Amino acid sequence: MGLILEAKNINKHFYKPKDFQVLKDISFGIEAGEFVSIMGKSGSGKSTLLYILSTMDTDYSGSLFLNGGLVTGKEHQELSRIRNKSIGFVFQFHYLLSEFSVLENVMLPAKKLAEKSYDEIEHDALEKLNMLHIEHLATKKASRISGGEKQRVAIARALINNPTILMGDEPTGNLDSFNAENVFQIFKQLKEEQALSLLVVTHDGDFAKRTDRIIQMEDGRIVHQ
Amino acid sequence: MINWKVILEIAKTHLVTKKKSTITATLGVTFGIGAYITLVSFMTGLNEMLDDLVLNQTPHVHIYNEIKPSEKQPITLIENLDEAFNVVHSIKPKQGQRKIHNALPILNYLRNDENVRGATPQLQAQIFYLSGSIELGGNLVGVDIMEEVRLSNIRDNIVEGTPEALKNSENGILLGAGLAKKMSLSVDDRVQVSTAEGNIFPLKIVGIYQSGIAEIDNIQSFAKLKTVQRVLGEAENYVTDINIKLFQINEAEQMANRLEKQFDIEAIDINEANAQFETGSNIRNLITYAVSVTLLIVAGFGIYNILNMLIYEKMKDIAILKATGFSGRDVKYIFMSQAIIIGFIGGVLGLCIGFLLSKLIDGAPFETEALPTITTYPVNYKLGYYMIGFFFALLSTIIAGYLPSRKAGRIDPVQIIRGT
Repeated sequence: MGLILEAKNINKHFYKPKDFQVLKDISFGIEAGEFVSIMGKSGSGKSTLLYILSTMDTDYSGSLFLNGGLVTGKEHQELSRIRNKSIGFVFQFHYLLSEFSVLENVMLPAKKLAEKSYDEIEHDALEKLNMLHIEHLATKKASRISGGEKQRVAIARALINNPTILMGDEPTGNLDSFNAENVFQIFKQLKEEQALSLLVVTHDGDFAKRTDRIIQMEDGRIVHQ
Repeated sequence: MINWKVILEIAKTHLVTKKKSTITATLGVTFGIGAYITLVSFMTGLNEMLDDLVLNQTPHVHIYNEIKPSEKQPITLIENLDEAFNVVHSIKPKQGQRKIHNALPILNYLRNDENVRGATPQLQAQIFYLSGSIELGGNLVGVDIMEEVRLSNIRDNIVEGTPEALKNSENGILLGAGLAKKMSLSVDDRVQVSTAEGNIFPLKIVGIYQSGIAEIDNIQSFAKLKTVQRVLGEAENYVTDINIKLFQINEAEQMANRLEKQFDIEAIDINEANAQFETGSNIRNLITYAVSVTLLIVAGFGIYNILNMLIYEKMKDIAILKATGFSGRDVKYIFMSQAIIIGFIGGVLGLCIGFLLSKLIDGAPFETEALPTITTYPVNYKLGYYMIGFFFALLSTIIAGYLPSRKAGRIDPVQIIRGT
């Protein structure tokens, strides 16, 4: 199987408060259906790397390929579309739009993509919620549900456009062990049942150990993978 | 590709969940536009009334024969004095009649002109009104009364009696209101007039004329053209003035110049005669717009502030929208459409409030001795002002919304997401 995501010689500097090279010559790839975790101490650059891979941060040198196509240097509009269609993102703090209902939150990226009719989107969204066992929350306001539920809603939202890769920035960092385990099981199930590629930044050693591959980072370099 | 449905949905949700700020911002626009509509309706209504008061009594072009000295004195005709310097003392006006030569053919010519709505002959006579032993100086204007009714607002100024009564009476007079008061006369009474030559003529009062301008009402009366010709003992072609109304008032100046050359007479156009009224109207309009624009700028700052606050509050939402595939442009449009919705609703409400306030002013009594035909404050309901008001509402909100929206569009999601 080919590489879903490939980074070649990625370098990044922070210029404020002073010049500091946060990523040094990072190169690696993720295959389809692979569950990869990135570990490292705070400040090792793992989150920075993730945001570059997610196409949100464009201020770097090197090249990034997604599904075999070069992403680096594309227009912002184009990158937004790529994020919308091919990348699902789960954050540490669930980040739902609190004024919308759970269902609307899940549907929003699909509405933006506008490849399906409203009814189809709603059907898909309910299906995703169903898969994550939270369909009963569909009509609730996003601000009215618990942390673990929020994270599952965020996962449903990340999956709504059937992305090729799911990225997580400490998706379990803010959850208790029960919910963290729950999220891990969901990820694992996604990998096994839908052959989804996953890339997760985490502090949690137990979580990382159970993934297919651990990329260990230190001082902006990959020290082990 | 912009997906307006989603953008408007998000904009709507933001507006609905932030009811208080939405209402505050909308009311800002509403009051701005409402004040503009009220002011402009009232001011232009007032302008129009004042203009009507004076301008409707003024013909677009006024033709008369001026008494003045000849421009060429006989001495200038002597050729061998061309290079010389001459001085003539005590120049007097040329001997001539006050009447317009060939008045009837000129009238005919004018009535056939397609730019002319109407041309009426007038005969202005200096006379004395006799009331017992008192003689009051004044003028009597001979008019073709039905043509005057058609072309000017004279009917509004006849406070007692009717123009038809004058038409049907051989020796009737529409007496000036000031004169009637001074001489304690009313309709159906008789008044004697005396010409400069001393001929005395009795006339029957068929109506009272009040223009609202005291200087006119104290000296001027109207009678039929024929009546005045008879009083003066002149022939039927004796006409001293011709008043012309045009279809297009802005052709007046050109017309006046042309007639002067064509018929060798004096012709004065309305703008020349009433330049100061134009200035007054312009200044009042300027004040109206200055006040309205100020109000809208204040409303605009309100919107700017509220959107700015909203964007600070929604930083995380913006970041999340961007992370899930909304572009900076989408985010910008989300906030722009909020500003435009506020402008639209505020504008429409403002138009309604403006209309209601104008109605209120329109109904308020406004009675003054000087203006017999006016009973309430004058208000102008011109659709154009409502359109301008609405356009202003949208323009000010778009300008006020643009900067905050652009800022929202430029927010870097990574910074927000990492910042927590």
